[in-house]
Formats: sequence, C-alpha cells, structure tokens
Amino acid sequence: MKILVCISHVPDTTSKINFIDNNTRFDTTGVQFIIGPYDDYALARAIELKETSGATVTVLNVGTADTEPTIRKALAIGADDAIRVNADPTDSYFVASQIAEHAKGFDLVLMGRESIDFNGGVVHAMVGEMLGIPAISPVMKLDIEGTTVKMTKEIEGGKEMVEASLPLVAGCQEPIAEWKIPNMRGIMSARTKPLKVVEPKAVDKLIVAQKFELPAPKGAVKMISPDNVAELVTRLKTEAKVL
Amino acid sequence: MTTLVFVEASEGKIKKTSLEAISYAHAMGGSVVAIALGTVDKAELESIGKYGATKVLHAADAKLDHPVIQVYSSVLIQAMQQENADNLILANSSLGTPVAAKVAVKTGAAFASNVVELPNTASGFVVKRSIYTGKAFSFVEMKTAKKVIAIRKNAAEMKETGGSAAITAFTPTLNDADFNTKILSTEKATGEISLPEANIVVSGGRGLKGPEHWGILEELAKTLHAATGCSKPVSDMGWRPHHEHVGQTGVKVAPQLYIAIGISGAIQHLAGVNSSKCIVVINKDADAPFFKAADYGIIGDAFEVVPKLTAAIQAAK
Ligand SMILES: Cc1cc2nc3c(=O)[nH]c(=O)nc-3n(C[C@H](O)[C@H](O)[C@H](O)COP(=O)(O)OP(=O)(O)OC[C@H]3O[C@@H](n4cnc5c(N)ncnc54)[C@H](O)[C@@H]3O)c2cc1C
Repeated sequence: MKILVCISHVPDTTSKINFIDNNTRFDTTGVQFIIGPYDDYALARAIELKETSGATVTVLNVGTADTEPTIRKALAIGADDAIRVNADPTDSYFVASQIAEHAKGFDLVLMGRESIDFNGGVVHAMVGEMLGIPAISPVMKLDIEGTTVKMTKEIEGGKEMVEASLPLVAGCQEPIAEWKIPNMRGIMSARTKPLKVVEPKAVDKLIVAQKFELPAPKGAVKMISPDNVAELVTRLKTEAKVL
Repeated sequence: MTTLVFVEASEGKIKKTSLEAISYAHAMGGSVVAIALGTVDKAELESIGKYGATKVLHAADAKLDHPVIQVYSSVLIQAMQQENADNLILANSSLGTPVAAKVAVKTGAAFASNVVELPNTASGFVVKRSIYTGKAFSFVEMKTAKKVIAIRKNAAEMKETGGSAAITAFTPTLNDADFNTKILSTEKATGEISLPEANIVVSGGRGLKGPEHWGILEELAKTLHAATGCSKPVSDMGWRPHHEHVGQTGVKVAPQLYIAIGISGAIQHLAGVNSSKCIVVINKDADAPFFKAADYGIIGDAFEVVPKLTAAIQAAK
C-alpha cells in the first residue's frame, strides 16, 4: 500500500502573529515553524500503518525551500521519501490542485483536518473531488481491512462511524495516533532520504489575499470579588449585555 | 443575483447557524433560495422564510437523511443550476465546509471558508476571513463570477424580515456511485445543547480535579441554558467526552458568553475561544494567564464560587 501524507509548514502554536509591508505579508521574524499539528496526527497514523502493514509513506509539502527542515523532520519521524512542490501555498484551491497532481497512484492520502495558519479546512475535500475519490474529515480513528477503510469521524456533538473503499482521502485529528518524536537514527537517516523538488502546475487564481489585520486589542479585565458574585450577574446583564 | 443557502438540520430541526447563513445571504441583497435535505419538520421549513428566503427547496428523500458529502454536493449543484444561482452560502461546519469545497471545485467557483463579515463589493468582492486560529484576519478577493462562502457562527446576526417563503419539493437525480461512504452508526449526545451552536458555554479544566465534580458546572450550565466544554487534558483523561474539548486541537467556539472554570488559559485553549464576545474566568490563581484574555474575572475557589454564581443567576431570573 502506498500512503501519501500532506504536511503544512506553519508557525508554532504559541507564535505571536504580526504582519509587515503595510499588512500585506506575514512577519516570520522570530517565528518557529512546525509540521501542522493536525498533519502530525496524519503522519503518525501513516507510520503506524507502515509498521503494521508494510506500507510506504511519502510526504508532500507545497512550499518554498524554507520548508525543507520541516519536511526532513517528517522523514526523520519515519516517512520514506518526500516531494516538495516549489511554490508559495497561497490558497486552498492552489494547494489542493498541486496535491491532486501528485496523489494519483496512492491508495491512501492523509492530511490534517485543517492547517493552523489559513484554517481553510477544505484541502482534503478539494483533493477528493479532484481525484474523484471519497474524502472524509475530521477522522479520529482509521483502520484498514483489505480495501475497506473503517473510520470514526467527529460531528457536532458526537461521532459517526463510516466505511469507504480505498483509494480515499482523510483529514485527520486526534486521537487517531500518538504524535511521534524523531529519534537519533531517524534524524541521521532523514538526511539521505530522497526529497524530490518539482515545479508547480499552473492554476488559475480564484482568490487573492489583499491584506491582513490583527483583532482589536482587548480592554483590561474587570475583577469581581468572590464574595459578591451577584455583581458579576448584574454586569453581564447591563454592561456586557450577554445574559 | 440569486443566492442558494444550504440549510442544515439535525433530528428534524434546523440549525441556528443555517438561519444565520440565510440572514447573511439576505443582507448581501438579491433573492435568497434555501435548500434543506432529508427529513425536516414542516414547521421548521416554514420558519426559514422569516429570515429572508423567498423560496425553500425541500429534497425530502429519506436517502438524504444521512449526510454523505459527495451526495450533498451533487444535490446542491443541481439546485444551483435549477435556480440559476450565482452564490452558495452555508455554515462553516463539519458538514458545510467540505460540501462547499466540493461544490466549488465542480463549478469552478472561488471558495472562502471561515468568513466573518459581509462582503465588501466597493471594488471587487472582498470577504474577511478568520485565520491563525482567531489570532488574525485576512481580506481576500473572490475573483470568479460564482462564489461559495462558508460563514462562521455568530458572523451574521439572525434577523427576522417578516417575510415568508413558498416550500417546493425538489427531486434531485441521485447517483448511486456518489454514495461512496457508508454511515455505519452515529453516536450523538441527545438533548444536550450543541457546543458549536451554543450562545453560552461553561467550560471546566483540570482545576475541577475530577469528573465527579462536574455537577457544579452542569448545574450552572443548566441555569444558563448553556453548553458544556472542557480543556484538552480533561478530555484526554476521559473525564469528559472528546467532542467537548475546546481549543486549537478541539472545537472552536464563538459564543456570546464563555465561562472558564479552573482553566489556566494556555495559548492552545485560548485559540479556540478568542472569538467569544465576552469571557468570564474563575480561577484560584491570580496569575493564571486566562485573566489577560478575560472581560471579567473572579479569583477564587471554583467549588465555592460556582454554586454561588448559580444561585445568583437563579435569583436574578
Ligand atoms: C499542540 C498542542 C495543542 C493543544 N491543544 C489544546 C486544545 O485544543 N485545548 C486545550 O484546552 N488545550 C490544548 N493543549 C494543552 C494546553 O497547552 C494546556 O495544557 C491545557 O489547556 C491546560 O488545561 P487546564 O487549564 O485545564 O489545566 P492546567 O493548566 O493544569 O490548569 C488548571 C487551572 O485550574 C486552576 N485551579 C486549580 N484548582 C482550582 C480551584 N479549586 N478553583 C479554581 N481554579 C482552580 C489552576 O490555578 C490552573 O490555572 C494543547 C497543547 C499542545 C502542545
């Protein structure tokens, strides 16, 4: 079985978000980039399937050369080889088009349910549509028997057990697998694993980001004495008007 | 301009986020056609017109009771064609967003998810999206004639227009090959207020010490008609079900009021709640980072403060 894991290269969860050039560009100063947390779950499940069923795992990232340390980390965790589509991942449709171009021939395409930078949450569905195969998300459990895939997906207020046949695309989230941390041997071998760089295919721009904005700063917290919780109720009613 | 709005229903009842989507479409101008799939209560279908739709398409086929994304997207495309719709609007939900993504790819429409404001059409068609898990916004121009937009909860106010809508049966062609995922079973907490939909959320963290103490939190939630949520360690330890876990890796909520009890306010938790209109924090540690993100704070022991708060709300009713 051939598994493709698509990873995003995103600012660490705790990063401070800032923009430069008149709010048209993300400020990378001091920002540490990581594999998207949801993509990390997808990768971890792929490595488990590799260990139990002898699957091969290829990672794919749409990104500029800056993302190579992130891709090498995925190789260190246990992926066999990698593809980098050499382009700035400007929007979901563009990224999905690039993934679909390289995903043909894979039995299973795993990725996170969303990236934590653009939070589109739609790349998996777009890739599924482009390839004409089922796309399921957010997947919390995934088991394969022959060509049948049994999954548990989260829905508002509960979960749904679903079944589909390979090939398919799954957008993953916890607790599908435990995150894996690269060990020394993994890190050493990652250096020599194949990383193929390919140029993007031309895609029409359907969406263009014009500028960015930060939310308005929050006012200071109003402290209320624990001996006077009635005051909180009054304030929520009359001041915040949320009760 | 005609806009189609996909109306999601659960157990026959229409979701509030879908009525917000109707209000959003109405505010955009032009005519609004709603579409509901599967079994939906008649009174619910009739209520849609109040929010600005002039026509409601109902595809009542029981085969549509289970939301198979491929099938739903195909039905929506057929409805768009029949109505000659320019836009498709729906709620940014675990069902709405992937359905929208497929419709967009099939129809060549530009798609924006997580949209938080009405489009600016002064020059082009620009929508505001929430990005970096609520830590920023981006303004994106949608360049195609047809557009698909998934709007975030609370981004549009539900507004009654006083109108009414004609309900028409809609009979799409259902292709067997589209039923490519089989729903084996569903486990859903019934009778609970849905967390992503709730106007008020009461959440508890590790500070509540154990699942046996959740009674005080549930009592408060019941009094406020609120949904209950929790921090990640709480669901990791199995004190509460996974679908209640709020934050970066859990559910993102945007209620009018979020009450956090015994939660420290780690950045990953804040990422899921920072779009709430008003945040109240109850924590015994004056230095808990959550106080910096809060509108109101009480420094105190949850086991003393929460029952007092429940009583005060009951007294004020
Ligand atoms: C990649 C990643 C993703 C993550 N995603 C999420 C996420 O989605 N959601 C999430 O919540 N976390 C997430 N986390 C975990 C997060 O970093 C924190 O560990 C977690 O939010 C802490 O939960 P907590 O506040 O309940 O517990 P703690 O940090 O242990 O805080 C407990 C709080 O309770 C207070 N307290 C104790 N006793 C009482 C009392 N009697 N009365 C009142 N207050 C009391 C304490 O003062 C303390 O502030 C993530 C972490 C990582 C690395």
